[in-house]
Amino acid sequence: MSAMLHPINKITGKAVPVSGANMDTDRIIPARFLKCVTFDELSGKMFYDERFNADGTSKGHPIDAPQHAGALLLIGGENFGCGSSREHAPQAIKRSGIRAVVAESFAEIFFGNSSGIGLPCVRASAADLASINARLKTHPETEWTLDLQTMQLTDGSASFSVRMPAEPREAFLTGRWDAVTELMNAVEKTEELARTLPLPAYTPPNHAR
Amino acid sequence: MGKTLYRKVWEAHTVGSLPDGRTQLFIATHYVHEVTSPQAFAMLRESGLPVLHPERTFATVDHIIPTDDQREPFADERAQKMIDALRSNCHETGIRFFDLPSGQQGIVHMIGPELGISQPGMTIVCGDSHTATHGAVGAVAMGIGSTQVRDVLATQTIALSPLKVRQVRVEGQLRPEVTAKDVALHIIGKLGAQGGLGYAYEFAGSVVEQMDMDGRLTLCNLAIEGAARCGYVNPDETTFAYLKGRPYAPQGAEWDAAVARWKGFASDADAVYDDVVRIDASVIEPTVTWGISPDMSVGISATLPELSEAKDDEQRRAWQAAYEYMRFAPGESMRGKKVDVVFIGSCTNGRIQDFRTVAPLLKNRRVANDVRALAVPGSQMTAAMCEKEGIADIFRAAGFEWRLPGCSMCLAMNPDKLNGEQLCASTSNRNFKGRQGSPTGRTLLMSPLMAAAAAVTGCVSDPRETFPDIQL
Repeated sequence: MSAMLHPINKITGKAVPVSGANMDTDRIIPARFLKCVTFDELSGKMFYDERFNADGTSKGHPIDAPQHAGALLLIGGENFGCGSSREHAPQAIKRSGIRAVVAESFAEIFFGNSSGIGLPCVRASAADLASINARLKTHPETEWTLDLQTMQLTDGSASFSVRMPAEPREAFLTGRWDAVTELMNAVEKTEELARTLPLPAYTPPNHAR
Repeated sequence: MGKTLYRKVWEAHTVGSLPDGRTQLFIATHYVHEVTSPQAFAMLRESGLPVLHPERTFATVDHIIPTDDQREPFADERAQKMIDALRSNCHETGIRFFDLPSGQQGIVHMIGPELGISQPGMTIVCGDSHTATHGAVGAVAMGIGSTQVRDVLATQTIALSPLKVRQVRVEGQLRPEVTAKDVALHIIGKLGAQGGLGYAYEFAGSVVEQMDMDGRLTLCNLAIEGAARCGYVNPDETTFAYLKGRPYAPQGAEWDAAVARWKGFASDADAVYDDVVRIDASVIEPTVTWGISPDMSVGISATLPELSEAKDDEQRRAWQAAYEYMRFAPGESMRGKKVDVVFIGSCTNGRIQDFRTVAPLLKNRRVANDVRALAVPGSQMTAAMCEKEGIADIFRAAGFEWRLPGCSMCLAMNPDKLNGEQLCASTSNRNFKGRQGSPTGRTLLMSPLMAAAAAVTGCVSDPRETFPDIQL
């Protein structure tokens, strides 16, 4: 387990829109892709049924448009990542090359999962997202910079404020986004607390022995 | 100043603060299943870490198992690989696994309460969003991802920031044909699918106080569909009566001490909430979803909303997309929509009380022609009770497929799936696009009562009309 991961300060690259409120994790990664015991096969599968028809032909989703090829930023809507807790969703996004997600709001579990794997999720206002999407439409190939120090998203000519709770932001900036090292450091304190809690012993019932 | 249950449980389980400001929270009880745990076990192996407290984690298999024939090897090799991985992971680490031959296998959110493992005042997590279900016993229960599953296995803790608490007070006289499912869909419709972002929901008020445990489990199960990561009900006599005598519940002298302790976790009368919402129970009808988000629902006698009624452009676009996908139109009634499939089951409505409610109504009635009806008890214990009470036979005689326990047609990870654009009357929890396995399949969420009415009439129906003999 790496003691300290690389800090995440700034991401510069093209952006791709995935619009709509309540983009659920079933749409981000359909359940059939969860039939695996690793995350290895998720690369390129993000938003699969949003992008492809049953016969495999393209629906013409922005993700597959040449002008958005190689995008590092994904622009979403309200309550992005709602539904199932499947970490496969942010894993599919990250393994498909995306480095950060900008949306109006995020479902809690998706946000936590993304933070834990080093995929920053930042919030922008609905009005700013409308401007960002309008700019993406006219200038899809523009490079954007998301700066977690200044909490600004800019395409060089316009700049938009983004938000993230202080704790995950601090975790990204200091390279502590995977919490397990810190959690392990407190194992003695954990055991001490466990001894004081009136926890059930969970001895197996007779018929289960 | 009083405290909420959420705050009391949080404080009791706090190990300390992490350098980034998050809380290190001790996890009393952890559940794992075959879909979201293998990656976590692999991470542990890669870093050579042991499972710190194997006795605090319980495993079951639910998502991928077939519900018709559970003999192994499964026809689906990938499903077999997943159950094999869970078996060997549990065997290697000493984690208790309620495997298929145990008689205690079932959907993880069914068996935790049924076995009495989930208890008041606990922190409970599982790599599954519907972990909110366990909050019904008066616990702080929530879904996590696989990386956090690794954290729990390695340290019995996770890094987390506290939620705000919203009390959802449901008051007034509930009509007899209105169930916990209708109450939940009504609340989500009122507050929105994103309404609970940042909140834990404390369900309270006279309706919740009078609700039985299976109803409370349904209600808390659906908290996450309204974006609340946790839902809970304060523990009371109903909770204690439910838990008493269950295999993992405290026994003998320990029982009284446990009850006294559990009572102390209930929110104080003068607890301060970040928000309070009041819901009038008397206006709630049998409720059905019509769209692709659980907040798109109507009472059975209402018509579908006009686009002009949307609160903003975003909602208008969402409704428009939903109408296109569902092939419905504004102003239509849901009543009379022909269904192809009926599914009664899932961690939302696969409990004994769900089947007990519906069975008497199906006596001497038949599933309509051209309707495929599946009844899937959520656990082996529930299935056994249904057999013993004659419930399974009533469903079979009515023309239902009475199947083996599992997640079944809730989520398309096993052979139970919709085909093409089939319309499904489903007691499950998500009506997302493609959720039930066909990328063009269509889901209508409803109560078991309403699903039974749909099975009998072949279309979306008002249970009051289908079952005039209704006496609940």
